[in-house]
Amino acid sequence: MGLTNRQKNHHLMWRAAFGPAAEQLNDLDKISPSLLFKALQKESTKKPEYINVADNYLQGLMMGIKEEGRKRNEMSKEEKKDLQKRSRESIKNLNLYWINEMVNSNAQLREKMAFFWHGHFACRNLNIFFQQGLLDVIRRNALGSFRDLLREVSMSAAMLNFLNNNQNKKDHPNENFAREVMELFTMGRGNYTEEDIKEAARAFTGWGATMGGDFIFRKLQHDYDRKTFLGKSGNLEGEDVLDILLEQRQTAWFITKKVYRFFVNDQPDTEKIGWLADRFYKTDYNIYALLEDIFTSDWFYEEKNIGNRIKSPIELIVGMQRMLPMKIENEQALLLIQRVLGQLLFYPPNVAGWPGGKTWIDSSTLMMRMRFPQLINDTDEMNVKPKDDDDQMMGYSNDGDNAGGMKFNRRQSGKAGKPINAAISWNSYLKNFENFTKAELLNKIAAALLQPKKSVDNDIINGYADNSSRENFIKSVTIQMMSTPEYQLC
Amino acid sequence: MLIAYLELTVYDLRQFQISNRKSIFMLIKRKEFLQLGSFATASLLVPKFLKALETGKVVPAGNKVVVILQLSGGNDGLNTVIPVRNDIYYRSRPRLGIDKPASLLLTEETGLHPSLTAFKDLYDNGGLGILNSVGYPNPDRSHFRSMDIWQTASNSNEYVTTGWIGRYLDAQCKACDKPTYALEIDDVLSLALKGNASNAIAMKDPKRLFGTSNERFFKDVLKQHQDGGEETVDYLYKTMAETLSSANYIFEQSKFHPSTALYPKTEIGQNLRTIASLIFSDINTKLYYLSHGSFDTHVNQDAQQKRLFTEMNDAIAVFVKDLKDNSRFDDVLLFTFSEFGRRVEQNASGGTDHGTANNMFLISGGLKKKGILNAMPDLHDLDEGDLKYKIDFKNVYASVLNKWLGADDATILGKKYSYLDFI
Repeated sequence: MGLTNRQKNHHLMWRAAFGPAAEQLNDLDKISPSLLFKALQKESTKKPEYINVADNYLQGLMMGIKEEGRKRNEMSKEEKKDLQKRSRESIKNLNLYWINEMVNSNAQLREKMAFFWHGHFACRNLNIFFQQGLLDVIRRNALGSFRDLLREVSMSAAMLNFLNNNQNKKDHPNENFAREVMELFTMGRGNYTEEDIKEAARAFTGWGATMGGDFIFRKLQHDYDRKTFLGKSGNLEGEDVLDILLEQRQTAWFITKKVYRFFVNDQPDTEKIGWLADRFYKTDYNIYALLEDIFTSDWFYEEKNIGNRIKSPIELIVGMQRMLPMKIENEQALLLIQRVLGQLLFYPPNVAGWPGGKTWIDSSTLMMRMRFPQLINDTDEMNVKPKDDDDQMMGYSNDGDNAGGMKFNRRQSGKAGKPINAAISWNSYLKNFENFTKAELLNKIAAALLQPKKSVDNDIINGYADNSSRENFIKSVTIQMMSTPEYQLC
Repeated sequence: MLIAYLELTVYDLRQFQISNRKSIFMLIKRKEFLQLGSFATASLLVPKFLKALETGKVVPAGNKVVVILQLSGGNDGLNTVIPVRNDIYYRSRPRLGIDKPASLLLTEETGLHPSLTAFKDLYDNGGLGILNSVGYPNPDRSHFRSMDIWQTASNSNEYVTTGWIGRYLDAQCKACDKPTYALEIDDVLSLALKGNASNAIAMKDPKRLFGTSNERFFKDVLKQHQDGGEETVDYLYKTMAETLSSANYIFEQSKFHPSTALYPKTEIGQNLRTIASLIFSDINTKLYYLSHGSFDTHVNQDAQQKRLFTEMNDAIAVFVKDLKDNSRFDDVLLFTFSEFGRRVEQNASGGTDHGTANNMFLISGGLKKKGILNAMPDLHDLDEGDLKYKIDFKNVYASVLNKWLGADDATILGKKYSYLDFI
C-alpha cells in the first residue's frame, strides 16, 4: 500500500519540523513532499535574530565588564551571587523563548536542526551570555557548514568554559576540551589514541574566553612546541587540530550516523549512512545538502521509517502546542514538564547530550507523557515534583548552589492543583474537521494526530468521548488520543 | 478507604482459602502481623500476600537487600580514603592534600575525609569495609563511557546495551509481572537497570507512579493492544503494562511501614528514607539504586567534595541507625562506586582531572571481612600518573550477585569471576 501525500507530508513535518500545525493540516494533501521540503528550506534561509533575554541590569553589568576589563574575581561576593541568580533566571527565559520559536517560527527546518545541534554540542553553563552566544552560533550555522559550526562552537565561551579549556595551560594541560571535541563532536571513540588527546590538548592551550564572552588566545599559556596529532606533525595550533579532524572521513561518518538516527531511524542502516556520509564529506560538510539527501530520498518515506521514533520530550511538548495552539499563563510549567520528562533545554545530562530513543521511556516518564494532555486540559491534577537538578557540571564550580534548580510549588503554579494554566484556542484545530460527518470524525482525528498504522481501538476512544456536543466530542477524542502510547511516536 | 480494602480482602481471602489454606496460616505469622495487631492486618496484609503469591515470590524472613549508591562524576578516591603518611600524595597535591591531623584516622597510615564522620563510626563498629584500587583493564577516562562500563559490566573494548542489574532482572524475574525486583530512586532509569527483557522501575516518590484520573482509560488502552507489531510500539506497551501493575504495589508497600526516622532534607536524605520505608515493608525489591553528585571536581574540589560528602554522610548516618533500630542492618548491604577516580596530581584550578582506579565503601552489619580490605594504592607504581587497578569491579558484582543475592552471576556477567570474601 502506497502512502498518500498527506501521510508522507505528515511524516516529513514531524521529522524536518516540530510536527504539522493546526492551520496547515488541510494543506498537507495539496503538495508533494519534495515541494514541502523546499518550502521548509526557503522559510529557513533568513539569518535568525540574536535571542537576547538578559535583563537591563545584567546587560549593564556585562557592559561594565567589557568596558572596564573587569574580571570575575574583582567582583564583590554579592555582585557574583546576584549575577549568578539573575543569570539562571534568564536561562529559563531563554528556554521559553526558544520553545516559543520552535512552536511558532516558520523557520521550522532551521529550528529543528538547531535542536539537533543543541543535543550534539551539549553544554551546561550558567552564564546567560555564554548560553545565548552558543545558541546563536548553533542557530546561525544550523543548516550551513559543519566546518564553520565546529569552529565557532569550539571558540565559544560557553564550550571553552564548560570543558575547562580556560584551565588548559602549557605547564598544566587540561585535556577535557580536547577529549570531548574528538569523542563527542567529531570522530567518536575508538578512532584515536590517548596520545592524540594529549597532543590535541597541547594545541588548544591558551584558548579561552573573557568574562564578556569573547574568544581570547592567551599566548603565554600556549604550547608552541612541535606536536603529532593523528599522524601529522608540526607546530600545530587549535585550528589545525580541527582541520585535521575534518579531514578524517570518520568525522563525516560519525556526524551522518547521528543525523540519520535522529531524523530517520534509531536503527542505523550502514549502507545508507555510508552513502550519505560520502556525499557529506564531498560537499565539505554542507549540512543542508545532507538533509536534502535524506528528506528527498524514497527510503525516507518507507513504512519502516515512519512512526517508529519516540518523540523527545521537547518534540512532544512543542508538537502538541503546534497542533493545539494554546496560551500558557504560567510558562514556568513548561520547564517543570521538561524536567520531569527528562529533557530540560540548556541542561543536558552531560556533554554527551541526551541519549534519546528508548531511553526517553521508563515507567515514570511514560505515564507523565500520557497524562500531559489531561494536565493541559485541566482534567488531571499534578502530583509530580521534579528532582533537584543533578548538576553534572563537568567541574564547573557552583558555589554550593544547585545549578538551575527550579523549585516548583503551588504558589508559583497559580491555581492549586492546576500547575499548567493553559487556554487552548481550539478554533483553528476544529476548522479542520468541519466537513466531516460524525462517523468519519474518529478516523480523521486519528489521521491528524497519529502516524499511519499507529492507532488505538476506536471503541475505546469512543467510550471516553464527550458526546454532549460535536465540538466537545472532537476535543475529548483529541485529548484522549494524545494520551496514548501511539502519540509518543512520530 | 479501609472499607474498600476489607471488601477486597474478604473476597480475595475466600478465593485464596479455597486453594491454599495452609500457607496463609504460615504467612500470617510473619513479623508485620505481630506489630500491627489483628485489626489492621486483616485489611492490610492479605492482599499483599496474595500479590506475592500470584507471582510465586514470597519474601523470606531475613531476606538480603542491596543498596547501590552511585557517586556520579568521578569521586576523588585519594581525598576520600587518604594515605596520610605518603610523601608522594602530599607532593602531588600541595594545595589539595588533606593533612593527617585533619583527617579521621583509621590507622596510622590511613585517614578518612573529615566530613565522613559516620563512616568513621561504622569503621569503629565493624560495619564498614573499604576496597582499594577497584577498576578495570584499559580504563576509559570519559564520564559516560566509563559509567557505561561500570553500569553494563562490560570490558572497556566492548559495547553492551544492557545493564548488569537489568540482566539480573532478566535472570531472576522471568515470570514476574512486576519489575519491582530492582528500584531506582530517580526520575530517569539508569542503563544499569535496563535488561533485555526487563527494565527496573525508576521512581522518585512512590506516590508519583500512583493515581491519575485517567487510569481506567490507560488500562483499557492497554487491554486492546496486541503485541507482535512494531517493536517500538510493543516496547511502549510493555512499559505501560509493567508500570500499571507495579504502581499500586509499590505505593501500598511504601505506606505500610514508613520510616519515622528524621532524615536530612537533602535529596540523598529523602531518597534513603524512601528506600528504608520500602525495606521495612514486604516488597519483593532486592536491589535499590540511587545517585549522588556531581563529583566532577576539575575546579575548586575542596568545597564541592566537602558539600557532597557532608550530605552523603548525614544521610547515611540516619539510614544506618534506622536499619539498626528496625533490625535490618545485617540484611542490607550498601555499596558505593564512582565511574573513575581522579589523577594523583592536582591540576592548576584547585581540582583534579579524570583518573582511573578508585575505592569503594561497603556498609552492612553482615560483613564477613571488615575495615580496610586490601592495600592502599601504590603511588610509586602509576600508569602515566594514574592508579593501577588491583580488583576488577566485576569481581565485586559477582560476589554480591552470588553470595548476597543468590543469583547466577556467571550468566548475568557473561563470565565466571572469582568471589571476594567480604560477604
